[in-house]
Amino acid sequence: MAQVSITVNGKRRSADVEPRLLLVHFLREHLNLTGAHVGCDTSQCGACTVLLDGRSAKSCTIFAVQADGAEVTTIEGLADGDRLHPLQEGFWEEHGLQCGYCTPGMIMSAVNLLNDNPAPTEQDIRDGLDGNLCRCTGYQHIVNAVQHAAGRTREG
Amino acid sequence: MTVTPVLPKLVGQRVKRREDPRLIQGRGTYVDDVKLAGMLHLAFKRSDVAHGRILSIDTSAAEALDGVEAVFTGAQMAEMAGPLPTLLPFPAPERRAVATGVVRFVGEPVAVVVARDRYVARDAVDAIEVDYEPLPVVVDPEQAMTGEPVVLHADFPHNLMLASLPMGTGVGADGLVDDTAVDQAFADAEVVISQRMINQRLAPTPIEPRGVVAHYEPGKETLTIWSSTQSPHLLRTFMASMNGMGEDQVRAIAPEVGGGFGCKSAGSAEECVTAAVSRRLGVPVKWVEERSEAFLATNHGRDLIGYVDLAARRDGTVLGLKLRIVADVGAYNMIFTAAVPTSTMTMASGNYAIPAIRATLTEVFTNKTPTDAYRGAGRPEGIYFLERAMDMLARELGMDPAELRRKNFIRPEQFPHATQTGVVYDSGDYDKALDRALENAGWEQLKAERDAARADGRLVGLGLSMYVEVCGVGPSSALPMGGWEHSQVTVERDGRISATTGASPHGQGNETTFAQMLADQFGVPLEHIRIHHGDTAVVKQGSLGTGGSRSQAVGGAALHLAGGRVKTKMAKFAALLLEAHEADLVFENGRIGVKGAPSAAKPFAEVAAYAYRPIRLPEGLEPGLSEEAFFEPANNTYPFGCNIALLEVDRDTGEPRLLRLVAVDDAGRLINPLIVEGQVHGGLAQGIGQALIEEVVYGGDGQPLTGSLMDYALPRASDFPRFELDATVTPTPLNPLGAKGIGEAGTIGSTPCVVSAAVDALSGFGVRHIDMLLRPEKLWRIIHGARD
Repeated sequence: MAQVSITVNGKRRSADVEPRLLLVHFLREHLNLTGAHVGCDTSQCGACTVLLDGRSAKSCTIFAVQADGAEVTTIEGLADGDRLHPLQEGFWEEHGLQCGYCTPGMIMSAVNLLNDNPAPTEQDIRDGLDGNLCRCTGYQHIVNAVQHAAGRTREG
Repeated sequence: MTVTPVLPKLVGQRVKRREDPRLIQGRGTYVDDVKLAGMLHLAFKRSDVAHGRILSIDTSAAEALDGVEAVFTGAQMAEMAGPLPTLLPFPAPERRAVATGVVRFVGEPVAVVVARDRYVARDAVDAIEVDYEPLPVVVDPEQAMTGEPVVLHADFPHNLMLASLPMGTGVGADGLVDDTAVDQAFADAEVVISQRMINQRLAPTPIEPRGVVAHYEPGKETLTIWSSTQSPHLLRTFMASMNGMGEDQVRAIAPEVGGGFGCKSAGSAEECVTAAVSRRLGVPVKWVEERSEAFLATNHGRDLIGYVDLAARRDGTVLGLKLRIVADVGAYNMIFTAAVPTSTMTMASGNYAIPAIRATLTEVFTNKTPTDAYRGAGRPEGIYFLERAMDMLARELGMDPAELRRKNFIRPEQFPHATQTGVVYDSGDYDKALDRALENAGWEQLKAERDAARADGRLVGLGLSMYVEVCGVGPSSALPMGGWEHSQVTVERDGRISATTGASPHGQGNETTFAQMLADQFGVPLEHIRIHHGDTAVVKQGSLGTGGSRSQAVGGAALHLAGGRVKTKMAKFAALLLEAHEADLVFENGRIGVKGAPSAAKPFAEVAAYAYRPIRLPEGLEPGLSEEAFFEPANNTYPFGCNIALLEVDRDTGEPRLLRLVAVDDAGRLINPLIVEGQVHGGLAQGIGQALIEEVVYGGDGQPLTGSLMDYALPRASDFPRFELDATVTPTPLNPLGAKGIGEAGTIGSTPCVVSAAVDALSGFGVRHIDMLLRPEKLWRIIHGARD
């Protein structure tokens, strides 16, 4: 077993874990933060995406021990209290989700995308979300959702 | 004087979804989020050979691992649960959830492990050693039909699940076939188009893989099963019968379900095993599918070969159609396996008044994962064969593909229209959808642009396809589990409304659309309504659940009927309180009042409270406000539409690039156009995915070559242009809403449209047809004249 200490959504969390424990299972099983989902086993789908020290990362491809000492933000930590993050607003306003399973990872990737490029073109958005798969929406409303958030972010 | 707020009418509005706040904050509860005290984790040891006899299974190393609670082989499982269910109109070979002697596809379960956590369970699976005697393998269905080199199931000679089932003109109820009319049509033909076409095997791939939690409580003798399913009530029925229990002892729960697309009906091997193991051990057990496992174990879709012959006059009039279908169903039958390709036959007439049709269906076993429903489920295949043939006919005749279609349309005044394949289309106005699509695409100008691009040496092509499909299947005689859907609507004593629906959604937004309908029906705010679904302890009845694009046309109709019954009863209480006649009452803006006398009104909640404590009870009335309805559709609905695609092929790389996709869909009346657009977008993505990048591939040894998302290409955001949607509205007379269904439409029309655009782009190289998928290498070879 290995001791890890990870700051998750602003709270420091320590635990003894198996060295092979994936970060996504640490979040889901140990911390009950079930917003990050597992949709594949080859790092293709991005449903498990979280922010690791501010950058998007696929939490199914990282061992919890690799995140020792890091700061992790999950979908549960994105809103400011009752105030939704602009991307959460965007996904709601623009019908950017259907079954919702890819959504937490999609939103966290989009956070990273807008951090890097606050005024993306449609093509920038489509290319920027290529690491996240959605089988329901055909992506058009997701693009709209990110544009919605980008507009609000710019205004804000 | 108080001012009553005016509530807007919501049906037909782009209301944003009520499901979303929980889902965008990571607060949804999917199966893998369900945790019960003492819960164990289950994993499957699966066959890694395509066909073999199990000689021995050594589970000792697995059982010795710390944290392993139990290991079960097929023989042990056979004592714990009966054979897997099917819902077929035809005889099927028996299948056990875990193989007992012979395995017939890679991924078939051979043993089951139960352990403390999923990591240990996986270790234990890897520690099991299975020794197989290899048996010959067959993966090509037309090879399998010869009965060589091997027959998979002894009772099915030549591997034929179904041999040349006929449908169409001259097929009697006794099964006798009279070919006179079809033969005459081909004798009269001035032109005949003949083409063998492949509709390749696909993997449905909802982003949430399947998962099950089963909890048998020995003290209560009850089983609660959570499953990522589209059909909780069907699951309850299957679990009860397989475990020798009554339906009253089983509670099935579909929690948040992360997409289905047909592959999450009910009665899977994994559901059966997880339930049986929980019953044996008396503790909760969880199984969650891994993605690589899903490519082997979750049903595939499509995989049809179509031999199409289309007879016509040179003026474009279609005289007859022959469609011979060979369906590769894989190694076994699942729930709807054998039934799915029958829709390919029934929909063979498409949007056209074809006077003579002969369709035949042969279903063949091979050493592959079984097929079953995948979005569209038989209709995309039928429309693909027909629309590709129509495109070839237009090219042969030098006709505009739109005009050829128009010439053969079933006319609006011909509805209801009985096709030669034995179904009755409810309503339609195909010219309207075609005209709208042509207008939105700028068809004539687009053709000019294509020609100009070609003159510049670019390989640009245009594709057009029509579709008609079948939704809301009924009546009950047409479906083994009944064609109805159920709803109960309750006005609570505080004036809030609770409603249940058997149409258990997995992304379709029923919590929103159904609430919109009740808000209008009762004149109350949307926020005062809650839609319950997906739990058989809460939702008293349901049949198929959500599938076949039936949520609105059947489930919505049941809700509307139940709501109407409550409203009728509530009006009697209101009439008493208002000293008015029921017929004069209006329900609006949270009040029940008298027509023409706005001051005489009671708050909705006050009437509701009275109904639960009726100081004076109107004669013949019981207290309370809760009514249910089973809606039985008299027949199927037939939505339709038109797709137009503009596509360019890169001359140097052969890569196809979709530049435009114009879709016009007519799904009857729409409750929420925003949600409808989402459904169409998703369907288009899957239909285009089939044309461009998706295919399940097997090696000749039966080994899957597309066993992960690294090998099976799921469309990504950058694969698509912005879709251009529009809708026409032709209501159905078959339900009180006029709604037809939209869940699968995009998957049906887009595929032939994109392929036809590619053929058009490469028509200069003399190509008439290209089998899917449109792999760049394949297109490059056409362009550069290279041979395989």
